[in-house]
Amino acid sequence: MRYHKPDSFVEASRIASAAGRYRFLAGGTDVLVQMRAGISTPEDMIDLKGIPGVGDIARTPEGGWRIGVAVPGAVLGRHASLKADWPGVVEGMNLVGSTQVQGRATLAGNLCNGSPAADSVPGLIAACARVEVTGSTGTREILVEDVPAGPGRTTLAPGEVVSAILLPPRGAGGGDAYLRFIPRTEMDIAVVGCAVSLRFADGVITEARVALGAVAPTVLLVPEAAAALIGTQGDGVALAALSAAAMGAARPISDRRGTAEFRKEIAGVLARRAATIALARARGEPA
Amino acid sequence: MAKDDTHAYRLIGTRPNRPDGLDKVTGRARYGADMALPGMLHAAVLRSPHAHARITRIDTSRAEALAGVKAVITRADLATGQSGEDWNLTENTLAGEVALYDGHAVAAVAATSKFIAQDALALIDVEYEVLPHLIDVDDAIRPDAIALRPGSADASVPDGSPANVVKQIEFGHGDLDAGFAAADLVREGRYLTEATHQGYIEPHACVAQLGADGKGEMWVCTQGQWYIRKMCAAVLGLEAAQLRVTPSEIGGGFGGKTTIFAEPLALALSRKAGGRPVKLVMSRSEVLRATGPTASASMDVKIGMKRDGTITAALCDFRMQGGAFPGAPVDMALFCALAPYKLDAVKCIGQDVLANRPKAAAYRAPGAPMGAFAVESLIDEMAQELGLDPLEVRLKNAVREGDKSSYGPTFGSIGLVEVLEAVKAHPNLSAPLGPNQGRGIASGYWFNHGGETSVTVAVSEDGGATVSVGTPDIGGSRASIALMVAETFGIGYDDVRVNVVETGALGVNEPTHGSRATFASGKAAVISAKAAISEMCRRAAADWGIEPEAVEWIDGAAVPAGPNAGQFPPLTMAEIAAKMGETGGPISGHHEVTAEGVGASFGAHVVDVEVDSETGKVTILRYLVVQDAGTAIHPAYVEGQYQGGAVQGIGWALNEEYVYGRDGRLQNTVFLDYRIPVASDLPMIDTVIVEVPNPGHPYGVRGVGETGITPPLPAIANAVAAATGVRLRHLPMSPPKVLAALKARG
Ligand SMILES: Cc1cc2nc3c(=O)[nH]c(=O)nc-3n(C[C@H](O)[C@H](O)[C@H](O)COP(=O)(O)OP(=O)(O)OC[C@H]3O[C@@H](n4cnc5c(N)ncnc54)[C@H](O)[C@@H]3O)c2cc1C
Repeated sequence: MRYHKPDSFVEASRIASAAGRYRFLAGGTDVLVQMRAGISTPEDMIDLKGIPGVGDIARTPEGGWRIGVAVPGAVLGRHASLKADWPGVVEGMNLVGSTQVQGRATLAGNLCNGSPAADSVPGLIAACARVEVTGSTGTREILVEDVPAGPGRTTLAPGEVVSAILLPPRGAGGGDAYLRFIPRTEMDIAVVGCAVSLRFADGVITEARVALGAVAPTVLLVPEAAAALIGTQGDGVALAALSAAAMGAARPISDRRGTAEFRKEIAGVLARRAATIALARARGEPA
Repeated sequence: MAKDDTHAYRLIGTRPNRPDGLDKVTGRARYGADMALPGMLHAAVLRSPHAHARITRIDTSRAEALAGVKAVITRADLATGQSGEDWNLTENTLAGEVALYDGHAVAAVAATSKFIAQDALALIDVEYEVLPHLIDVDDAIRPDAIALRPGSADASVPDGSPANVVKQIEFGHGDLDAGFAAADLVREGRYLTEATHQGYIEPHACVAQLGADGKGEMWVCTQGQWYIRKMCAAVLGLEAAQLRVTPSEIGGGFGGKTTIFAEPLALALSRKAGGRPVKLVMSRSEVLRATGPTASASMDVKIGMKRDGTITAALCDFRMQGGAFPGAPVDMALFCALAPYKLDAVKCIGQDVLANRPKAAAYRAPGAPMGAFAVESLIDEMAQELGLDPLEVRLKNAVREGDKSSYGPTFGSIGLVEVLEAVKAHPNLSAPLGPNQGRGIASGYWFNHGGETSVTVAVSEDGGATVSVGTPDIGGSRASIALMVAETFGIGYDDVRVNVVETGALGVNEPTHGSRATFASGKAAVISAKAAISEMCRRAAADWGIEPEAVEWIDGAAVPAGPNAGQFPPLTMAEIAAKMGETGGPISGHHEVTAEGVGASFGAHVVDVEVDSETGKVTILRYLVVQDAGTAIHPAYVEGQYQGGAVQGIGWALNEEYVYGRDGRLQNTVFLDYRIPVASDLPMIDTVIVEVPNPGHPYGVRGVGETGITPPLPAIANAVAAATGVRLRHLPMSPPKVLAALKARG
């Protein structure tokens, strides 16, 4: 195996394009574990941590955020203003692994690993986040929900690398939240995950996005669930409709981590609970 | 709380640092995988991907041709012609004609690196003829079930029994029909538990060397070096005396390291590789697929109770599968299940059943947690139905010294009543409970064990003591034995060093199992120390020119026994030791025995849970362990055993289980999916040590390692029932099961 440490994304993409089996290396908490287990056997390992700016969290001119692809969860969790804007995104990432894993694991790695149970991805999708992608023909921006293609797969073209995570400006009256269900309290994989982001203005929910994890081959954006909230005050009736929509959208499998029936049920429960927290945050109330 | 408060000990009952503590926290302690020898090879094991398959062909030639490969072994490299358990061990070490479970070893490779060894596995060509398989214990005894290993039933199995029953046990006393007739309430239920793994953190690991001359050595992570020696000798056709086995530090065993898995493979590979040392370290997936788990169980219980809570009769009919080999602990489960209750009429029937799963190994109080789950759940249910306090029902029926036990023997000194009284007095019992919260209580029992024991205590040149024991230290036994020896000699705790020694250094010792190390090695060490004291008194007598009987040993020194003996200043242990070369030679004491006087231990647990009614998730809010230790030599390690037992039980009750696919393959072979509790799942486990000294031990020790895992399964099930009104009779009480039960309740 050849190890590379390029100093630009263009160079990283060039090395990848010329390689056969390659992996980008961010925190390595997926890729190194997979190598040890013999699941991944790259010939070229392209470490992104030498590229200037990959460790930065910066406010964009529009008031959103640009997050470097090597920023670990622990750093996100300590960034007060990012957390004030997007608490749901940050809490999703902070659920990943343990203290040790938090010191390495990144949003970009969580997304590009392609797990339907990835804990930061529903929050990013609910937030309407985008990624900047660098390839041989330059850079482009795509919505996060367009990145996953199925378990372990993404829609990125060979050689393409995610060069930044972009969060939109939060704006007034916004709130988001992420919840996952695991049978334990940590060090487990989401049986179901759900993120809700919404805006509350003049007594009603004016915008909402709901994303579900671990109930389909990719993280799902569920517009029907969002529709159940928009135009309501987030009352019991709206929450019940949200639950039903989330359960309806979930198309889980039964496996060692939970039955399909159970996962559907939990999707409804988490959607309601996450929406309640997001709404409280949007209204500036304690969640 | 103790029955007998007359002893005032100098050291026993204190909490000094454990002698292995610094090494362990600094990473200096040497575990199984930490050994390396010059010229050492690395091993990898090829395992069956099928639950049940005939091996029609194995061709190792391509693997042997790979550069760096030094040996490839198959079943042809093991001994032949054994019978009984030796035969089963051989069959389990490497599959013969038939692979009996997913993960069953089929071949192994030794190469110059682990990577080469692993690559070589892919070059071994094995042809399988896949056979139908059986996983569930009740499926395995259906009349139409295929016979997995015809001819493996022993004489205890009546003719006409189902094909896969290999052992049957039946015992009891009294008139069962009359007992049930005298009851005001008779209830019965079927209770199911899934297989769970011991879950020790350190995987099996060894470095082995064996020459063509049949002489070998091994460094190994084990609970019992002599067991390893005997079993490896049987599987490989060696003379036991020619094999020298040294135990490493051990990162947990819980019974699962009292037998062989990797060890004979490493020896056979070394022999075939011209005697080069071979290291074999199992991965976690290999550990879960191919070592230890405990049995799964299907248990029917019927109990009769009077309106006042008196139990009039009990009937248990248990079936357990312990994998493709005899040895499910159904007997132990039955012996312990009803042990806390004084019964005039009792009957127990058990069947040991084969299935296509790994060979069960001992797991902390083997069988007892399952049996307790069945019996303690039903008793709780009946107490509820009769409107009785479950603790009072247990007290009312509690066994006491002199009672005939449910499994036959008469109890000597026991502390169940003291335990239950201590539970009653504990503040956790009056902690307020909120909505969706409930409290459960259960009792548990383990016999404890004596076993073959050989110990030497040698006086060192400066008056300290070196203790050689054969029982690997899993739970703090070196600290406890050092305390007892120091107490006996009248010297300091730091003046004693306890070493766990290799097979060449002592007579045969059974492993650290049956909660016996502190009891049996401790007792033999105290007797050995007393022998050394007698010798030191003789040396002092010779020095003073008086009779040895006129010398006594007080506070670490020989003194004349009373004014008639003469006036001599005390001779300290250090003074006697300094001159021992001139006064007759080295001084040591040695004791070996099949230890008797074992003291059984009862415990009771109280747990408060909260159940999330929308997700079925159970959270442990409060947990109390009360248990009789006899005497707590080192209370911190006694508490540690209580807490550890409770935590393993919590895992078993809530989330741990072997999950099989329809293909008979194990689905959850890593800790991500085999869900043992993590620290944040748990409250601080409260403990109360009850001390009813065991008269069979010089300091009253009972042994505390196992009883603690017996009450948690039912205690938690009882708490869940109290919180929800729903009774779960099938473990684990994982969220999907609890939610389904809540929905069924409506
Ligand atoms: C003990 C443990 C616990 C865990 N717990 C959780 C959990 O609770 N929830 C959860 O969701 N995950 C969990 N994980 C998985 C993992 O930690 C996360 O997915 C993490 O976010 C991955 O980030 P990373 O930076 O370490 O990725 P890496 O391992 O570096 O990369 C992951 C994948 O993404 C690719 N990649 C990385 N960066 C880029 C890029 N910029 N462009 C294109 N491709 C890229 C890599 O090539 C690789 O295929 C756990 C892992 C461990 C070891």
